[in-house]
Amino acid sequence: MLSCAARLVRAQIQSKPTACWVVAARGYADIVDEATFTTSEYALHKLDEGPSQTVTVTRDDALKYYRQMQTIRRMETAAGNLYKSKVIRGFCHLYSGQEACAVGMEAALTPNDHVITAYRAHGWTYTRGVPPVNILAELTGRKSGVAKGKGGSMHMYGHNFYGGNGIVGAQVPLGAGIALALKYKGSNDVCVALYGDGAANQGQVFETYNIAKLWDLPCIFVCENNGYGMGTAVERASASTEYYTRGDYVPGLRADGMDVLAVREATRFAAEWCRSGKGPLLIEVATYRYHGHSMSDPGTSYRPREEIQEMRKTRDPITGLRERLISVNLATAEEMKQIDLDVRAEIDKAVEQAKADPELPVEEMYNDIFVDEPPFKVRGTNPFMYGMSK
Amino acid sequence: MAALQTLARRCSTSILKRHFSVSSPVAAQMTVRDALNTAMNEEMKRDESVFLLGEEVAEYDGAYKVSRGLWRKYGDKRVMDTPITEMGFAGIAVGSAMAGLKPICEFMTFNFSMQAIDQVINSAAKTYYMSAGKQTVPIVFRGPNGAAAGVAAQHSQCFAAWYGHCPGLKVVSPYSSEDAKGLLKSAIRDPNPVVCMENELMYGTAFEMSDEAMSEEFLVPIGKAKIEREGTHCTLVSHSKSVGLCLEAAQILEKENIFCEVINLRTIRPMDEETLINSVKKTNHLVTVEGGWPQFGVGAEIVAKVMESDAFDYLDAPVYRVTGADIPMPYAATLERATLPGTQDVVLTVKKSLHIQ
Repeated sequence: MLSCAARLVRAQIQSKPTACWVVAARGYADIVDEATFTTSEYALHKLDEGPSQTVTVTRDDALKYYRQMQTIRRMETAAGNLYKSKVIRGFCHLYSGQEACAVGMEAALTPNDHVITAYRAHGWTYTRGVPPVNILAELTGRKSGVAKGKGGSMHMYGHNFYGGNGIVGAQVPLGAGIALALKYKGSNDVCVALYGDGAANQGQVFETYNIAKLWDLPCIFVCENNGYGMGTAVERASASTEYYTRGDYVPGLRADGMDVLAVREATRFAAEWCRSGKGPLLIEVATYRYHGHSMSDPGTSYRPREEIQEMRKTRDPITGLRERLISVNLATAEEMKQIDLDVRAEIDKAVEQAKADPELPVEEMYNDIFVDEPPFKVRGTNPFMYGMSK
Repeated sequence: MAALQTLARRCSTSILKRHFSVSSPVAAQMTVRDALNTAMNEEMKRDESVFLLGEEVAEYDGAYKVSRGLWRKYGDKRVMDTPITEMGFAGIAVGSAMAGLKPICEFMTFNFSMQAIDQVINSAAKTYYMSAGKQTVPIVFRGPNGAAAGVAAQHSQCFAAWYGHCPGLKVVSPYSSEDAKGLLKSAIRDPNPVVCMENELMYGTAFEMSDEAMSEEFLVPIGKAKIEREGTHCTLVSHSKSVGLCLEAAQILEKENIFCEVINLRTIRPMDEETLINSVKKTNHLVTVEGGWPQFGVGAEIVAKVMESDAFDYLDAPVYRVTGADIPMPYAATLERATLPGTQDVVLTVKKSLHIQ
């Protein structure tokens, strides 16, 4: 049985964009600079109008999105392999299949906007500007990791990026708090607070909707609905699976999370909404994860293999973009193949470094307890051992 | 501000009128409530990014009137009434700190902070470490802690041990008005997450305030205990309202020529071990006093610290703890009184430590 969200994603096949507008005649030498596509419909909640279904993309942007999604895909595959060979330990939640969400949203935001997400964060850490080598080195716990190996998979931070959060749902009020700070300082920037279909039922999420709406906070709530909260399909966890309506008095919309251009358009709409002082907005992106919840979950005891295979075959965001670009001559198959090879080489190199770099020396484990504090003694594991925290 | 002007007027009067014997002006008195109010007012004036949020802090002037007048002075932007959603507004406060503001997040009492404790510990306390120094959280959580009067079990718990347990958090527990003002100001200026545990029953108590304490730049350092009263026979160490209990007990014992040294911890974490240990080395006897429960409490931690330090060799008796009774707080007045430590508990325990009676 297909889960509710998987059915949703699959249903969008019916309205899959086949119509497209070719700018010039096809020919090997006739690469176009830009093309227009039609996305599937956006479901709207308490909105008179929504994002445009007609989306235009330039060649440069399209190749950038392709490259970014492919980088995330390869990086996550590499992380999965490192986990299987026990070089990565603990938790490792892979983003494979959901790439269009991070890449599409980032395409409509600026580096001055702020983002916070939950634990399936590697893709976002990358789109927010952290190089893959520092992400992989954080996963392998080395000092070249973005948090020097002290955070691990779920605690990576970057510029205007607040992780990476391990407690389901806790990041949502934090995101509204960031939005509060932005409004307080008179900034025009927005905060995107992401959460999954599992977290969508958390009480603190509703507490946050309430305050965000009351105080008109410039916060875009994003529910990355991948159909399963760990192993529990959405219809078994939520009395209402229309996550874009769950904000009630917060207007919302649902977009196809496997279509990077639809995600971008939805985010553009939401960002403009928030920037114009209309308060928060909720976006549900219908997406899918290929791997299990985390590396300790094969991901097949609660959903059929056929479902995963079908998604990969018919709804893959990277394949989808590649097909689109080739079909309208925005790019050639050869140059996209070259991108694939470049990305593979970059990630392979990053993996080697992530395996070879050293961990922090043990004495440094006592550091980063407090900021701006003169060095102080910290107790170790026996009464005769102390470290100095600097 | 009015207090300062009064002081200035008194000083000038004394200079003009007294030629022969110049006595110092009458010291200012301030309640703990006013001291906290002054601290927040001064820090909000000093730094635009400091703001207060919590239930009833604005239009109601604070459930216990601690934030009286602040909303009228600073308006909606700086003093925000929240809905009754602790987990939500504490998380929002933490997020705003992560993005560069300096929130004061009030819990109406720390009992309600349990609903939000994940945000205090996992989102605030641990973040600087997890991010290896990239992400700071300059937030203050404050509110009344411990027993009040007749509010029964769900509203009377002391959280000093719970918050004091966690690395990454600073935890202060003022007793006097000077403590309250200086510690809260330090907490607000501290770029780390600080839990400031006040006491409802102390809000109305007035204390003398030195000239220094009345100044806008007065700070009490976090992590340093204060010796409230010097002594030689036994050390009493305490925090918050129980410090008053120790001082009363010390007065009673003084009549029997037993001189107690009373230490006011002021900070639960990081605890001032040095002052404790030096005192124990001097008096050879230690009794801890607190309102919270005994098991895994502040006193239990002090006992462990002393056992593992070189002060152990100076002890002439085991370290004893005076604590709240190990029961949920009952409502009936007699029972409530019997649940909380009184001066007779401290006096008895000191005498046991000294092998008298």
